[in-house]
Amino acid sequence: MAVEIFSDPARAVSIVQNDSSIMFGGFVSAGSPSNLIMALHNSGQSNLTLMANNIGLGDKLDLLCESRQVSKVIATFAIRASGGRQSNFEQQYHKGEVGLELVPQGTFAERIRAGGAGIGGFLTPTGVGTMVAEGKEIMHVKGKEYLLELPLRADYAFIKAYKADTQGNLVYRGASKNFNELMATAADCVIAEVEQIVEVGSLRPSQIHTPGIFVDRVVQCDPVEIRWE
Amino acid sequence: MADGLSRELIALRASRELSDGMIVNLGIGLPTLVSNFIDGLDITLQSENGILGYGNILEDDFEPDFINAGGQPVEILPGASFFNSAESFGMIRGGHIDVAILGGLQVSSIGDLANWYVPERGGGSIGGAMDLAVGAKKLIITMAHITKDGAPRIMNECSYPLTAEKCVDLIVTDLAVIQCQDQQLTLVETAPGISVDEIINLTAAELIIDSNVKEMSL
Repeated sequence: MAVEIFSDPARAVSIVQNDSSIMFGGFVSAGSPSNLIMALHNSGQSNLTLMANNIGLGDKLDLLCESRQVSKVIATFAIRASGGRQSNFEQQYHKGEVGLELVPQGTFAERIRAGGAGIGGFLTPTGVGTMVAEGKEIMHVKGKEYLLELPLRADYAFIKAYKADTQGNLVYRGASKNFNELMATAADCVIAEVEQIVEVGSLRPSQIHTPGIFVDRVVQCDPVEIRWE
Repeated sequence: MADGLSRELIALRASRELSDGMIVNLGIGLPTLVSNFIDGLDITLQSENGILGYGNILEDDFEPDFINAGGQPVEILPGASFFNSAESFGMIRGGHIDVAILGGLQVSSIGDLANWYVPERGGGSIGGAMDLAVGAKKLIITMAHITKDGAPRIMNECSYPLTAEKCVDLIVTDLAVIQCQDQQLTLVETAPGISVDEIINLTAAELIIDSNVKEMSL
């Protein structure tokens, strides 16, 4: 299917329905699809399940909690162990108003990779003997204990890349591949926010990080600055 | 009792465990300070958000896509590489990281680590800690020896939820350096002005006193 190019993030995310699950790429400031998040905030869609590395660290995802659009979060970093400030997510979590599945970061990444790659699950030593193991199958291989972790997919992935061409091929900059490159493979509809859109052929094939077949929608936006709070 | 080490001096002491050629991951908080003490060493720093080969923290020059796992903008050194989080944690779980230095809340007598969940606060976050604790070849924990209320953090069994079992190799606190080997804790160094007895009194686990126990040289 050909990629659709948008000039307005609101139009690019208008496909999202209530009750959807959405993956969000990014690691704090690096590669966060902030324009798409703000557009989703304005859209008012609700009862959303968010999957993201972090929420409430200065990222725009916390806006979605402020407007009560979120019912559940799957993340690696969502609750602070110290410090005074609480995000909207934390306040709602402590009142039992929003669910949280906390996942070790490597397991989160690998579950998304598996989800995008047709892998039925994988064995990891991470989390053995901890709260993370609760309810999970423990398997022994050659005398070592592992947890069986299952793949993760979503209805949508919102990702951020540096450049796209008009076929949806993506290039990331710096440390912004993080979860973007993985989530691009693991959702039914992938929407990419990029800083520049260039003509097909102007990106070298060896330079492309995410092949365009994974991408459904591209929208050019000026980046929004995010800082760890 | 004399004051223990400052956070900077804990970081300095931890940095002494590093040597040329090592691939090192520094956790958020106190461990980040270790990077101030590795000038002159040929060490490659890995940041789990997808950088191998970063340098100084750049206070004034914020580039959102060039940050470490603590969200701080960092210098990207010649020879550095960027990769996604699955590859990054493959590096970590796959045994390609020589040393991880993380903060701690509690360490048990058999080297269990608790460093992510504070029951009094009703939560915490895992981030990369569980993978690093399981995957790094050597795990060094830097932390205060006791809580603000004076309770020991090194104890027979952690009361906080675990990050990983039997993973700690060395603990560097404001009072002592303690080795975790073969599920036993051995006191190897004391902070200046701190006695072995004081450390024993502030530790709620059995401590073997190394026959060569000495004062830290800082």
